[in-house]
Amino acid sequence: MKKSFSKNTDINKGLKDGLPIGLGYFSVSFAFGLSTVTAGFAVWQALIISMTNLTSAGQLAGVTLMAALASFTEIALAQLVINIRYSLMSISLSQKLDSSFTTTDRFFLSAFITDEIFAVASSYPSISRKYMRALAVLPYFGWTLGTLAGAVLGEILPADLVSSLGIAIYGMFIAIIIPPAKKSKAVLGVVLTAATLSSIIYYTPLSKYISPGFSIIICAIAAASLFAVLFPVKDKEECENE
Amino acid sequence: MNDLKYFLTALFVMACITYFVRMLPFVIFRKKIKNNFLKSFFYYIPYAVLAAMTIPAILYSTSDIASAAAGLVVALLLAFFERSLLTVAVGACLAAFLVQIIF
Repeated sequence: MKKSFSKNTDINKGLKDGLPIGLGYFSVSFAFGLSTVTAGFAVWQALIISMTNLTSAGQLAGVTLMAALASFTEIALAQLVINIRYSLMSISLSQKLDSSFTTTDRFFLSAFITDEIFAVASSYPSISRKYMRALAVLPYFGWTLGTLAGAVLGEILPADLVSSLGIAIYGMFIAIIIPPAKKSKAVLGVVLTAATLSSIIYYTPLSKYISPGFSIIICAIAAASLFAVLFPVKDKEECENE
Repeated sequence: MNDLKYFLTALFVMACITYFVRMLPFVIFRKKIKNNFLKSFFYYIPYAVLAAMTIPAILYSTSDIASAAAGLVVALLLAFFERSLLTVAVGACLAAFLVQIIF
């Protein structure tokens, strides 16, 4: 836990904390912009998706589903399942907001709760509106500009190279899941179960009846429920992994 | 994406859901979740989602399976040695690109 800080330095502190997140987001959204244009979207479409969603896994799933002209129900359900973790972060953060937070602030700033912004903000015992606003600025611009740069480059680069870049976002997903799976057998089990179920659906006639979006939803809920029953998370473990 | 009406509707659906899952608890909830199943479920769900999205889709993310498989192997190795997200992503792309050029 870091110390509480005075109101005057809240803006500086927020910007400073937001800078590394913004830089990281630039590279991640760069890959998103690139793969989105590769999937047949226009630059402005990639950009507007990033500006209105600010979430990596959800956006990729959304683009994949849109490219397949999935139903709006599927898109809504996929977003719900993939992004429901933000609800937990919102609940957690909502308990640390200081009295400077108005209801309007809550409506506005909740849009900027991401894994990283949550992680940084929740390291403080109390959070002011000034800090939260300043913290959100650079990640948001990093996310937007990275998408733009990636999308523009995706239209310029030769097809061979662009084709190989389609794997980039999956590379990042692997980079996110492998390290915790090394440390926790339960996480490894969740990953293997979800991957196995997803492969079973993909390679059997089940794929005729289950669309890619619903496949993700079914596999994820099944794997997470199974391990939540078999290996319930203890508080301590959860904190260590935040 | 040429169907503008479809795109804008899908975008609206995505943005609304993504916003509501963040906004509603932020505005409404003040208490911590105590239910152990739900806590565990929410803890595991990101990994489950990412795994289901990656496997087997990663194998079809480039122009041919061989290059994608090379990218997958390199990504797994780099991730196992806990390299950064960007390094793993670039490594996977390079491996896929090299296989595409060579074969």
